Amino acid sequence: MKNQWKKYLLFLLVVIADGLLWYYYPDRGVSAITSAADYLIEMLLFIPPILVLVGLLDVWVPRKIVEKHVGPDSGIRGVVISILVATAAAGPLYAGFPVAYALLKKGCRMTNAVIFLGTWATIKIPMLMMEIKFMGLSFALLRLALTLPAIILTGYLLEKLLAGQPQADVPPAEHV
Amino acid sequence: MFNAVLFILAAVALIVSWRKDREKTGKALQIAKKQLLNLLPSMLGIIGLIGLMLALVPREVIAGFLGNDSPLGIFIISIIGSITLIPAFIGFPLGASLIDAGASVTAVACFLTTVLMVGVVTAPMEIELFGKRFTIWRNLLGLVMALVIGIIMGVVLQ
Repeated sequence: MKNQWKKYLLFLLVVIADGLLWYYYPDRGVSAITSAADYLIEMLLFIPPILVLVGLLDVWVPRKIVEKHVGPDSGIRGVVISILVATAAAGPLYAGFPVAYALLKKGCRMTNAVIFLGTWATIKIPMLMMEIKFMGLSFALLRLALTLPAIILTGYLLEKLLAGQPQADVPPAEHV
Repeated sequence: MFNAVLFILAAVALIVSWRKDREKTGKALQIAKKQLLNLLPSMLGIIGLIGLMLALVPREVIAGFLGNDSPLGIFIISIIGSITLIPAFIGFPLGASLIDAGASVTAVACFLTTVLMVGVVTAPMEIELFGKRFTIWRNLLGLVMALVIGIIMGVVLQ
């Protein structure tokens, strides 16, 4: 129970800060609260369906399939699959966290999970379209060309760095 | 749009799953609920922080930093980019307007790449799922990569 409360500490601090801001600078306080409310609504619009899909993935996709396609022995193919799946994703990075977590629990290789997250964060297709529109084609393509190897490198490096405690940093599965 | 597709996808998957196996589907929903309750506290905190940040840091201040092309300026910009979580549909137009206002490509590229690759405000959520070591290393590597990418882009495109 005590732990539950600790988790809300940040939120509590923010609420207090919002309150103080609103008291001293009503304009800014209102703007802080309305933009937070906008984000909340935006998040509540895509987090629930993603979590439902994660739950379904957990109960239906057998560990063997994940292991075979993106597991420890999946090699380059596993990397390519991780990238392709993540480019089709929608929503910000924090929506990708639970998905990568579910994959890891199902036997996905650490490298591939990190590549999946990196791709989700930086080169999703809808995001690229927006980038081309605002920053221009050469900016977007150059960033893509530089980001792709960086993501893959990060995946391999992170696996090496965490190798001391293989899956240890992934909290034990609660429901397998 | 994406949200609608996502909802339809989740609904269809749920119906198909329900028809095949009610017990498994119930379990899937339990898992979803548990995850939501796990993520909610940090999510609410993060959302509140973003709101505060948007209200307290005026656009002109960000623009002022981005116009500066000194190493210190780029460093500060990258730190700001690492901390803030700006959605792509705000980040890219912001980047474009900064370029128009005279900011350097290097600065804007560093800013955008750190915004995308490093997430300090989402770190609590990441730690919750993957642990501290994973989160620290992933973000640290992301920061280094983002800086290298941003600087190369500045050199190539200028």
